[in-house]
Amino acid sequence: MNLVAHLPALQVVVPLIAAPLTVLLRRRSVAFAVALVASWIALAISMLLWLQVAHSGTITYAIGSWPAPWGIEYRVDRLNSFMLVLVSGIAALVLPYSRASIEAEVPPQQHYLFYTMFVLCLTGLLGIAITGDAFNVFVFLEISSLSAYVLIALGRNRRALFAAYQYLLMGSIGATFLVIGIGLLYLMTGTLNLADMGQRISNVQGTRPVLAALAFITVGVSLKLALFPLHQWLPNAYTFAPSAVSAFLAATATKVAVYVLLRFYFSVFGESAVFGNLPMEQMMLILALAGMFAASTIAIFQTDLKRLFAYSSVAQIGYIILGLSFDSVSGLTASIVHLFNHGITKGAIYMLLGCVALGMGGTSLARVQGLGKRMPLTSFGIVIGGLSLMGVPGTAGFISKWYLLLAALEKGQWWLVLMIVLSSLLAALYVWRFVEAAYFHEPRKDTANVTTTPWLMSLPTAILVVAIVYFGFDTSFTIGTAADAAASVLGGRR
Amino acid sequence: MIGPTSSMTLGGHFTYFVTVFLMVAGLFIVISRSNLIKKLVGLGIFQTSVYLLYIAPAKLIGGTAPILNDAFTVYSNPLPHVLILTAIVVGVATLALGLALVVRIREAYDTIEEDEILEHDAKPEGDGHPL
Repeated sequence: MNLVAHLPALQVVVPLIAAPLTVLLRRRSVAFAVALVASWIALAISMLLWLQVAHSGTITYAIGSWPAPWGIEYRVDRLNSFMLVLVSGIAALVLPYSRASIEAEVPPQQHYLFYTMFVLCLTGLLGIAITGDAFNVFVFLEISSLSAYVLIALGRNRRALFAAYQYLLMGSIGATFLVIGIGLLYLMTGTLNLADMGQRISNVQGTRPVLAALAFITVGVSLKLALFPLHQWLPNAYTFAPSAVSAFLAATATKVAVYVLLRFYFSVFGESAVFGNLPMEQMMLILALAGMFAASTIAIFQTDLKRLFAYSSVAQIGYIILGLSFDSVSGLTASIVHLFNHGITKGAIYMLLGCVALGMGGTSLARVQGLGKRMPLTSFGIVIGGLSLMGVPGTAGFISKWYLLLAALEKGQWWLVLMIVLSSLLAALYVWRFVEAAYFHEPRKDTANVTTTPWLMSLPTAILVVAIVYFGFDTSFTIGTAADAAASVLGGRR
Repeated sequence: MIGPTSSMTLGGHFTYFVTVFLMVAGLFIVISRSNLIKKLVGLGIFQTSVYLLYIAPAKLIGGTAPILNDAFTVYSNPLPHVLILTAIVVGVATLALGLALVVRIREAYDTIEEDEILEHDAKPEGDGHPL
């Protein structure tokens, strides 16, 4: 019985087992401990898997020992081992943070259920990333989505309920579109295994059901990842969810959806089918640019910081899709690295905003006036996060923007370089809105009694802020993995 | 393509016509209705149409469950049936959660009409801080 051989299954099973345990144990401190241990084990497993893949290549794992095309297969390669590290890493940091954060935001009798939903959401996200089976993607997507709806509905404001309801409608439509696409693919190829599907699809390439499947999957997943015109659910969901939930979802949920899109485009349909025969490049480019500019502009006019950064998320998704639309190794590298860099940046910003909400009693721009005096470190952290969103050198955001610029130059698209710089200026404007409120206004009198942030909240937040700066200098992990992953998903067909 | 051929195609594609009709009808209800419960009904119809998309091609008329036996030669494909069993469970969970949210929304807003809720939210007193 070799435990290492079963790591891919344990990656999902550990948080999955933790979920019912937290319900059965009920005591909130016990439930917290169980969830925390599960998330840390998940992080350890994902790191082990990442190392294993880096050294000895793709791992395949047959669930229940049923061989691949018939049974469900878990397949870990460079791309999804990177996603696993991101998701479980953010979860391992947000969970300790959440204990003090939900104290103020969620009624105590619901705390153990919060942890249940949190680990279930983690299970779903890890499952989407690790599985090699198309229908399994849908099932895990629904596990993560259903628990995310509950987590958002836990928000204190009643508008959280309606935000969760709207997300439920949009999310279910998106997931159903995905199942329709998978169903059509299954009809045409007779397999659900993603790798097997990718091989068999060459016999039916270009037929109408396959094109319809491509359309359904693109639209369905775009709803989930909040691509610009389909982002309507996101701002309210992030604004009214409890702070810990906003931090976790903003850093992981949309990123995993992008991964699903990458997986279907490059491992199933094949790059030539998606970008060669259809004007997908142009469509993706237009939507990405529209998202970058429209969402950034809307962000500038927001009065609540959580909502401001939610619109900024929509804009940042635009950069990721822009990299994808280049259909080149360097473009895809930029996309994958921005998945990670934006994940940690937005995770950190939302965790900091949670500290602000706790200390100042709210996150509206009017309330955070003078934050630089009241909570200097927290305020400074948000500035670092903002610099990373703008792409200032020395932060993680710079690295991904730099690679995006290189990819644009490689394509000879000079005007796109201008566009990327212009949209970064818009980011500078909305970050400035925060800086102005925090540093150039006198603090309000009713925020005089700032509660000090508990160390359980400030420590994980500080780790993530340091990570933003760290990954702005040392790119061997992020760029190294992303470049490998991009080359491997595109490599087979080049 | 006239006469018997086209009617054959129509007959052969009958389940697809039903599927697409249900799909579009469900989606239309979600978009056009303002009542939150009716939206969920539409969502249910939309999701159910997908069950048909999977099951109809997998079921052969006269086919049995794939348990090998000399008496039978025609078997239905069991895999889509099992997949849809899972999808049904997911659909039920979504509907249950949606209805639970509607109950909470009704408690908080005293209405289940989308436009009235949006009206409430647009008012200044409804616009509180998330915390």
